[in-house]
Amino acid sequence: MTDPDNLCYAPGTMIVGKWHRNRYQLIRLLGSGAQGTVYLGHSGDAHPVAIKLAKDRSSLISEAHILEQFGRLQGDPLGPSLYDSDDWVTGGSTVGFCVMEYLEGTSLSEVLKKKAFDWSLVYVLQLLKQLAQLHKTGYIFGDLKPENLMLIRPGYSIRCLDFGGATKIGRSVREYTEFYDRGYWGLGSRRAEPSYDLFACAMILIYAAAGRRITRSSEPQNQLKHFIDSQGKLVPYRHFLLSALSSDYTSAEQMRKELVRAMMAVESHERHNSHAAAARYPRPRTKRKSNGWTPAWLAASMIITAYIVFVVIYVM
Amino acid sequence: MKKGTLKQILLITDGCSNEGEDPVAMAALAREQGITVNVIGVLDQYDSEGGHGLQEVEGIAQSGGGISQIVQTRQLAQTVQMVTKQAMTQTIKGVINQQLQDILGDGETVEDLPPEKRGKVMEVVDEVGETADLNVCILVDTSASMKNKLPTVREALTDLSLSLSARMGENQFCLFLFPGKRKPVQKVIAWTPQLDSIERVFEKISSHGVTPTGPAIKEAIKSFASIAHKRAFYDGDDEAYDDGPR
Repeated sequence: MTDPDNLCYAPGTMIVGKWHRNRYQLIRLLGSGAQGTVYLGHSGDAHPVAIKLAKDRSSLISEAHILEQFGRLQGDPLGPSLYDSDDWVTGGSTVGFCVMEYLEGTSLSEVLKKKAFDWSLVYVLQLLKQLAQLHKTGYIFGDLKPENLMLIRPGYSIRCLDFGGATKIGRSVREYTEFYDRGYWGLGSRRAEPSYDLFACAMILIYAAAGRRITRSSEPQNQLKHFIDSQGKLVPYRHFLLSALSSDYTSAEQMRKELVRAMMAVESHERHNSHAAAARYPRPRTKRKSNGWTPAWLAASMIITAYIVFVVIYVM
Repeated sequence: MKKGTLKQILLITDGCSNEGEDPVAMAALAREQGITVNVIGVLDQYDSEGGHGLQEVEGIAQSGGGISQIVQTRQLAQTVQMVTKQAMTQTIKGVINQQLQDILGDGETVEDLPPEKRGKVMEVVDEVGETADLNVCILVDTSASMKNKLPTVREALTDLSLSLSARMGENQFCLFLFPGKRKPVQKVIAWTPQLDSIERVFEKISSHGVTPTGPAIKEAIKSFASIAHKRAFYDGDDEAYDDGPR
């Protein structure tokens, strides 16, 4: 189990901070990525914590720095709280680690596979609210993807994990994943601005509809357009998605409002469909269908009357 | 901190050099002149060469004070930009460590600071990396075995330009191919702030068997002298340039 080169340590390993002298015990592996490895652990008071270990301490430190800054903000937490940041000297090498609040939940990448597309829309809606708050602090998330998002069990609210890619607005994006990167699709720069994150939000919806990351063709922009048109689930959101993909939305708040509007429009469309379904199976309620036409007839006759009156007055 | 210029050579190759000077020695020569040499070894699933050529890749980066990375062709784009940025951070950290040692005495580096203070130093490193000017001379191996990897290399370089142009600092790129048509090394793009429209450059390549990596690095070192000269000329007197003969 123990493999220090890959930051793999056996459960039960004790970690002692070089600077703050705090002790933590590793319980089990939670996940590992390019930047480091995350363990579930506990501190002296048996309180569960997430411990992130990294060889390249510079990226860990900048993440810790950002989490620390968010910790001072008021309102809903954007990410996990940071408890400690230290170095662990083990077997002649030094491993950097930071200790964070352990958020219990399911990765969005798992959830998207199981739940209906309607849920994906709701998650993105929640995400946009979080992003609006994040952008106000002068940072963008950068490496936004389902793998870095988590649904927290009570209330199924969405929270961002892994702030290693968070970048100050105006700088160049620190970390990204090709599929969610607008530069990769030839649809914009890698400069950190709110619309960079918003592009990734739109790609999360495309990912949810496709069920996989589609690979770029030689004409990426048309490819995305055609893909949206080919997916029944995405067609009602065509305008919304294309606007987000071409960085037309300048704030998460604006994009959120547009998504709400699009979702509401689709709902009434579906109700219309259910009417059509009801019509196919004759039931006493079918008579109600004609009610839908009455206001239209009334409006039309009103307009014609008004027009006739107008003409008559004009002629006189 | 004074805004400086970072100089890098980025070598993209898939094997061993077999002509001219020793590339490891040439990389050391580059380092002597404040130029970092980064090397990316490109492999695809058909490559049988394995460890042989790749030892040299590591050696060149080590003596050039840079980073080496061996990747599958499809991961090239992300690696190119990551290596370039990491090497920048490494260089800046090296400079800061040097200054820390001057202030604090022997053996003190950024890594020896407590996490709180290190965070602040890293912020400075980030800031410098974002605003510093960057000159990258790109050397692409166009020997026969590289031929089917070149479209990906081209894409990766366009992507690199995209990544770096998002920075606040100025960028300058130049592109050399080796072996060239008649000479061992051929300059195909002179110093320019953006690497677009490089498609045509790669179309005309005729592949040879030889791989003159050493001479290529030497040429790259020389090219930095020409940009230094040009910069001084611009900075010295803008009007003189305007009044010059057309």
